Amino acid sequence: MAAIEETRERVADIAGEKYKYGFVTDIEMDLAPKGLSEDVVRMISAKKNEPAWMLEWRLEAYRRWVKMREPNWARVHYPKIDYQDLRYYAAPKSQGERPASLEDVDPKLLETYKKLGIPLSEQKMLAGVAVDAVFDSVSVATTFKQKLTEAGVIFCPISEAVREHPELVKKYLGSVVPVTDNFFATLNSAVFSDGSFVYVPKGVRCPMELSTYFRINASETGQFERTLIIADEGAYVSYLEGCTAPKRDVNQLHAAVVELVALDGAEIKYSTVQNWYPGDEEGKGGIYNFVTKRGDCRGRGSKISWTQVETGSAITWKYPSCILRGDNSVGEFYSIAITNNYQQADTGTKMIHLGKNTRSRIISKGISAGHAQNTYRGLVSVHPKALGARNHTQCDSLLIGGNCGAHTVPYIESRNPSAHIEHEATTSKIGDDQLFYCLSRGIGQEEAVALIVNGFCRDVLQQLPMEFAVEAQKLVGISLEGSVG
Amino acid sequence: MLEIQDLHVRVDGKEILKGLTLSVPTGEVHAVMGPNGSGKSTLSYTLAGREGYEIVSGKILFNGEDLAPLSSDARAARGVFLAMQYPVEIPGVTTINFLKTALNAQRRARNESELDALRVLKLVREKAKALNVPEEMLRRALNVGFSGGEKKRLEVLQMSLFEPKLAVLDETDSGLDIDALRMIAESVNAMRGPSRTMLVITHYQRLLTYIVPNRIHVLASGRIVKSGGPELALVLEEKGYEHLIGEPA
Repeated sequence: MAAIEETRERVADIAGEKYKYGFVTDIEMDLAPKGLSEDVVRMISAKKNEPAWMLEWRLEAYRRWVKMREPNWARVHYPKIDYQDLRYYAAPKSQGERPASLEDVDPKLLETYKKLGIPLSEQKMLAGVAVDAVFDSVSVATTFKQKLTEAGVIFCPISEAVREHPELVKKYLGSVVPVTDNFFATLNSAVFSDGSFVYVPKGVRCPMELSTYFRINASETGQFERTLIIADEGAYVSYLEGCTAPKRDVNQLHAAVVELVALDGAEIKYSTVQNWYPGDEEGKGGIYNFVTKRGDCRGRGSKISWTQVETGSAITWKYPSCILRGDNSVGEFYSIAITNNYQQADTGTKMIHLGKNTRSRIISKGISAGHAQNTYRGLVSVHPKALGARNHTQCDSLLIGGNCGAHTVPYIESRNPSAHIEHEATTSKIGDDQLFYCLSRGIGQEEAVALIVNGFCRDVLQQLPMEFAVEAQKLVGISLEGSVG
Repeated sequence: MLEIQDLHVRVDGKEILKGLTLSVPTGEVHAVMGPNGSGKSTLSYTLAGREGYEIVSGKILFNGEDLAPLSSDARAARGVFLAMQYPVEIPGVTTINFLKTALNAQRRARNESELDALRVLKLVREKAKALNVPEEMLRRALNVGFSGGEKKRLEVLQMSLFEPKLAVLDETDSGLDIDALRMIAESVNAMRGPSRTMLVITHYQRLLTYIVPNRIHVLASGRIVKSGGPELALVLEEKGYEHLIGEPA
């Protein structure tokens, strides 16, 4: 007993330090006034020098949003958000003009990214990762532009794409997640300020991993990125996003939209390591992560694969989905969702089988500790024309301690008798015997929990790009500190 | 030197060890034998510091240091090792990764430098050979789908990898065929040395024909009721525990 108590106290001591990304960068900000109105939407659009069609698109979204109601079907609880008490735009002042190269970026910003361990500097070329970094509302720097351009890959802030590749943006923006899709997506459509845009042309295999780091810095500011990725026929791209935010004791809203389009024979692999500030031990503060992510396997034989490691956020509301429109297309969803203390997660996926011989695979690993609630919510839907559709779903929940909850809510709809749908679910607890076995071999309590949980998540961790798998493994350990005792 | 003095241990509110006294000088191998329910496993778990095994009174001193206040992992770092009767499965964690994590955790706690994956693999391979543990087994998840014999071999492999100062073997012979038993006994014997203390806990005399102890102690109802030389095993084999402790076993 003594050992456990000691661990607990030690953990309590360092709890203040635990979220190592919780620093704030002191930088002069260009802020929108609080509240949302047509004027604010116009202001955002003007800040971005957007063409008229883009502004119209936003305004239409805004007008819709005003009439919409926040969804309440998820198994998450939070006080009502006052949308007029938030800011919808914040940008570092020195970024008024977009920097031409990394040398022009405010050194304080670069310092921030250095603290986050982002390989922003081109010296880290060896890492082979191209990074677009979004600080609050503005995309700060995109690395490796040259090399990507040579391959014909467009990877730039979406605000730039709106200006420079309007034909692509017009064609695909909102084509997967329509403006009217849901409350948060519509809000995002009205006020999104930046995000990444990727276009991989026909037959091109993107020569490196693409990556975006999102960072919320300003307080009382919502972050609304918009990401659009298009893989043209036979193209391949792997994309990773990472997220962190400072520690603040008020909740912050993050409502992003990600749209993926895969044409004939194209493949998109989208990985997320989400480590937004989760709030403190009493559940104070933290990010509300209300995100709409959807991929459209538009072409024959296309493939979209989502991998997510969700460890942060006070509340996660997120269902990366695949529309399997093209015949023989494949959708995959690999998820690790970890909730500790008072975190709440309601996350899962939707696999919509429209085309013939479409296949989908879902592996979800939910881990709950402390007083956290973790829900897997997933839909597998087979439409009448989806002859020979197949799905396999595996949902595993792991409980640590006696005050947390794990819930599995699968929805299965089959309107084609040839469909094969399998659903497996397990719930287990970390056994005292497993912990003791590790301890007796000299492995400390925290490390033992991390080891066991990483083992539990192995099927999903294996799906991550190598260089991020290591980071994700560490994150698994960190986010469960203090969970046993 | 392991010294257990008048040890009383409670599990789930019930006293299982009732004044156990035992000492094993450094460099010696002692055996503790006893019928089912005599407190053998409680003794091994208490030595390893398992939660829920509450020391009510008495002392466990190892090389003069009181083990009671130390957590299980701290004891491991000081060289206490328990080869378990029922090794535990950890899905998704490869055996080699587990061994590396454990070895480095112990080294860290002793302020020694950590070993990289390659060094560990080399070290483990050497030890694995002697125990006929195939490379393929090291890549499987820890104890998952292992046969009884494989699990026990892995326990002894860990013992030879960690090179503990105090090794406790809890029913290491159970579930082994004669060849596996001989192989394990050889590995254990190879580890006997002037700076290592070993306690072999067993129900049957069988193991003790291969690992010949310096002393044998008979445990019954939570206490040592008789101690003697290696010949005591044979007496027990012939006459049973009943003869010694006056109750059916």
